Amino acid sequence: MTEVEQSRRFQTLVLPHLNAAFNLARWLARSDQDAEDVVQEACLRAYKFFDSFQGQGGRVWLLSIVRNTFYSGSVYRKTQAQCVPFDESLHDYAGDMDSSASGSPERVLMQRDAARQLEQALEQLPLEFREVIVLRELEDLSYKEIAAIAEIPIGTVMSRLARARKLLAHLLLQEAK
Amino acid sequence: MNAEEYAMDCQECRAHLSAGLDQELDDSKTQALQNHLVSCANCRQAYMALQGLSAHIRAHAPYRDARAHLAARVMDSLPAQQTSVRESPAQQPPARAPRWNALSMGTVFASLLALGVSVSLYLAVPTPQQQLANEVLASHVRSLQVDHLSDVASSDRHTVKPWFNGKLDFSPQVVDYTTEGFPLIGGRLDYLDRQNVVVLVYRHRLHSINLFVWPTASKDSGLRTLDQRGYHIVTWVARGMNYWAVSDLAGDDLNTFARLVQQHG
Repeated sequence: MTEVEQSRRFQTLVLPHLNAAFNLARWLARSDQDAEDVVQEACLRAYKFFDSFQGQGGRVWLLSIVRNTFYSGSVYRKTQAQCVPFDESLHDYAGDMDSSASGSPERVLMQRDAARQLEQALEQLPLEFREVIVLRELEDLSYKEIAAIAEIPIGTVMSRLARARKLLAHLLLQEAK
Repeated sequence: MNAEEYAMDCQECRAHLSAGLDQELDDSKTQALQNHLVSCANCRQAYMALQGLSAHIRAHAPYRDARAHLAARVMDSLPAQQTSVRESPAQQPPARAPRWNALSMGTVFASLLALGVSVSLYLAVPTPQQQLANEVLASHVRSLQVDHLSDVASSDRHTVKPWFNGKLDFSPQVVDYTTEGFPLIGGRLDYLDRQNVVVLVYRHRLHSINLFVWPTASKDSGLRTLDQRGYHIVTWVARGMNYWAVSDLAGDDLNTFARLVQQHG
């Protein structure tokens, strides 16, 4: 394959997923500038390893490279340095999804600035939880695809998503108070 | 253990709610979860809350599209863009015919690409159809969020059908598809496309399907599928009625449902 052909193939098979790539990078990096740097670096890598791409599942393939690029890059180290580790044991949210609080999520949902609160709550979620929520709810990927991207077993996807949702509901309730 | 006899307690149910919502459990677990939810109001409430949260994220979490300049920036940074300009004169001389072929193939690719771009630009402008899809989806999501699926909750079509009488100037077909795996849950009225419409609510496994029905002057049409933010929409026209089915069910399951309604409706 000539370089020109390869570049054309890349344009047709990979570039259509640029929005998905940016969306994931943006939710991980939490800044437009950093997300663009991650996506550009990821696309360079994708281009370099383009021979190993089978032609199927371009979105999953690109997203896994985006994720890898993010975790191996300076943006991640920067965010980790700023970030206070999230201690789940300090947050007692076991009862949030129970019937005792059943009226509350509805109240939350009815709020006018629900979208902004949701965005804040999502950005507060620890990375490992945030990424599975984004891949599941915004990209509508299956557990198998999420497992491939995040390099974890399917069982872990299952338990991590369950915890991520609990935690998110808890954060939303807190904000509403 | 037999799948039918497998019972789930509350603790196990809670552990599987999230995967059940995502349709990622095997058949026997799905069945057991479903059985437990039918019999346990607390867990059912927790499931509804989870479903509402998921619908809320899909409806309101911002999806960040790449800005226009990023594609150009990415393409510019690829080695091919630099090398092809530099190296091409040296590589070319002998292979005249193949080069012409490669060139024409390239032209084909380029025009296909341009076509793709113009088609997607065209799609980016909301058509009336797209606008309607947004309305249908918004209504479906709203019904999940506020737990307001139906105004008349009944699996008996002889209860659901008369409920609409006097509320509408048309009479919808109401069919229960329990034996086919899509039990009728109830119905409600909604307002779409500047008119009153019927919404019939069905369930498949743990998922709700909203079927919007209203009269139209259009001719019968085949099934059309639209996907939007993780929801699937199938729409068709039959016997003077417009049908829109929306759900977060897997696309295949929703198509099966649509074909069923198309045949019986």
